[in-house]
Amino acid sequence: MSKFRVALHIVPRRGLLDPQGKAVADALHTLGFKSVSDVHVGRHVVVELDARDASDAEKEARAMCERLLANPVTEDFEIATVGGSKA
Amino acid sequence: MKFGIVTFPGSNCDHDTFHAVTDVLGEEAMYLWHKDHDLAGADVVILPGGFSYGDYLRPGAIARFSPIMTEVIAHARRGGPVLCICNGFQIACEAGLLPGALLRNESLRFVSEPVRLRVENADTLFSNRYEVGQLLTMPIAHGDGRYTADDEVLDKLEGEGQVVLRYVHGGGEADEYWSPNGAMRAIAGIVSKEGNVMGLMPHPERAVDILLGSVDGIGLFESMLARVAA
Repeated sequence: MSKFRVALHIVPRRGLLDPQGKAVADALHTLGFKSVSDVHVGRHVVVELDARDASDAEKEARAMCERLLANPVTEDFEIATVGGSKA
Repeated sequence: MKFGIVTFPGSNCDHDTFHAVTDVLGEEAMYLWHKDHDLAGADVVILPGGFSYGDYLRPGAIARFSPIMTEVIAHARRGGPVLCICNGFQIACEAGLLPGALLRNESLRFVSEPVRLRVENADTLFSNRYEVGQLLTMPIAHGDGRYTADDEVLDKLEGEGQVVLRYVHGGGEADEYWSPNGAMRAIAGIVSKEGNVMGLMPHPERAVDILLGSVDGIGLFESMLARVAA
């Protein structure tokens, strides 16, 4: 078993009203960032865990997202990185 | 009739709910700690309002896995009545007892004010003391009350009469484009397909005394009494 550090991105499902993302997009426009077409604000979760290898760590993190970390009704998630704990 | 009111760490409407059941309805109530493993013979379970687990991650997401929830879910599956108010509604959606989810208010603001509601279905365990079209006033107090589900679920809810309460303007017309939190189709309260689980964002337990501005919440408790005790 080795230590792994898995970073997860959880974002509101596309198409659902995201008032927080819209407020941030409006603020960016006000600041002159005219190129911004859309913003989505979600959560970044970092989980440190013991696993046999990186693929096991990813599998475990995926199960965590499905059961608790993301709401299957309104959110999508992706595994951003899987690295050693020192990473 | 025995009501079991679940207290999670962060629940803050459990005492108001206890008051509504015992002092106003005149029935027996008891608190159930979230770590308990049985419902102590409760006929009706109430998941009260509050901020269980500080709303960490998502409102209700962690409370949904409290030990007592295994028993609450089993009680619901057996057809036992479960009333889920505000944070309780959020917990019930997270637990899959009710469809959909409650997201951050469209205004991004916490809203605490009395609202007007229209009774959409008066033939449920929780609304049989009201009339269809009756207007009610109850307070809301939440930051995450925007009811959200996909169109298929929403159509089904409407088709099966599962929408019990809708937010309305003072005049009484339900207007999709007005609700205090941006809820889809102005949905304030729904029942499960089987009809024994109700979730609502407004607080009926805070509308049981004219000193508090409204007694319109009493009918909801009386409805349960009328059906369950019968």
